[in-house]
Amino acid sequence: MSDASLNASQTQTGDAGFGDYFALLKPRVMSLVVFTALVGLLAAPVPVHPIIGFAAILFIAVGGGASGALNMWWDADIDRIMKRTQGRPIPAGRISEGEAFGFGMTLSVMAVVMLALASNLVAAGLLAFTIFFYVVVYTMWLKRWTPQNIVIGGAAGAFPPMIGWAVATGGISVESVLMFALIFMWTPPHFWALALFMKSDYKEAGVPMLTVTHGRRSTRKHILVYTLLLAPLAIGTAFTSIGGPIYLAVAVVLNAMFLKGAFDIWRRTEEQAEADNYKTEKKVFALSLFYLFGHFTAILLQSVMAGYGLGGW
Amino acid sequence: MSFPDEHELHKRRFGRNLGLGLVLAAFVTLVFGMTIAKVSDERFAVPTNEVAN
Repeated sequence: MSDASLNASQTQTGDAGFGDYFALLKPRVMSLVVFTALVGLLAAPVPVHPIIGFAAILFIAVGGGASGALNMWWDADIDRIMKRTQGRPIPAGRISEGEAFGFGMTLSVMAVVMLALASNLVAAGLLAFTIFFYVVVYTMWLKRWTPQNIVIGGAAGAFPPMIGWAVATGGISVESVLMFALIFMWTPPHFWALALFMKSDYKEAGVPMLTVTHGRRSTRKHILVYTLLLAPLAIGTAFTSIGGPIYLAVAVVLNAMFLKGAFDIWRRTEEQAEADNYKTEKKVFALSLFYLFGHFTAILLQSVMAGYGLGGW
Repeated sequence: MSFPDEHELHKRRFGRNLGLGLVLAAFVTLVFGMTIAKVSDERFAVPTNEVAN
C-alpha cells in the first residue's frame, strides 16, 4: 500500500485527532455558553461551593458542546456546501457522521446526569431541554423550514444563564428569565447582520435565511425592529435585583451604539453595502458580540460588588 | 539497524489516546473533588438506612 492510499483511507475511516473531537464541540459557541452560565450562577443570591460551581459550569459546557456535535452530525450535508463550514471535521472527512452522532449522544447523556448529581434536577432538566431544543427543534425542524429559524432557535443559546441560576437556586425566577430574554432578543439582529455579508453561503445551502426568503431590504428592517425591542428589555433589567447603576450605564451606552448601528444598516441600500464590502454590517456584527459580553460583564460586576454591600439600588 | 520513522497516523493516534487519558484522569479528579465538597457541606446527612447498617 502506498503512502497516498494510506492517507486516503485515513480520512475515509475518520481516524481523527483529539483536536477534531474538540472541534465537534464548537468551542467558540461553548465559550459564550460558559461565560453566560457562569454569570447566571454568580448573579444568583445563593452561594455555591467553588468545586460544585466549577463542575456545574463544565457539565453545562459539555452539554452545549454535545448539542453542537449533534448539530454537525445532522447538518453534515449543508456543511459540505457552505464555505464557512467546509473545514469542519465531518465535511473534511476526518470524523464520520456515525462517530459524531455517538460522541454527541454520549456526551449529552453524561452531561445531564453529571449536572443532576453535581447540582439539582431543575438545572439538569433545563440542560436536557436545551440540548433537545437545539438539536431537534432548531437543527432538525426549524433551520431548513422557516426564515424565523434564528428567532425561535435562538432560545437554545439563551438557556445557559438560566441553567447557571438554577444550579445555585434550584429554580427559575424573573431575573433568570430576563437574562434568557436578553440573549433571545439579541440573537436575531446578531445573526441577520452576519447573514447580510455571508449571503451566498446560505443561498447555496438552501437554508431559508431571511435574506434569501424575504430579501435583504426586509432583513435590514427586521434588524432595526428587533434592536428597538431589545433596548427597553436590556435597559429595564437594570432595575431588577441583578442590575444596578453600573449595569444601567453600560446598558444605556451599548444600546445607544447598537441602535445607531441597526439604524445605519436599515438606512443603507444594497449598492452602498456592496461598494464598501459590507463595512457597516460587519461592524454591527462585531459590536453585537461586544454588546452581549458587556451586558453580562456588567451583571457580573454588580453581583460581585453586591457581595461587598456596594453597587445595588 | 535503525527504526523506521513513526507514521503520522501513529502520532495522531497517540495524541488522541493521550488526550482521552488526560480527560478521564481529570474527570476522576473532578468527581472526587465533588464528593469531598458534598460530604463537607453542613447540610449533608448520611441516609438513615445507611446508618442502620
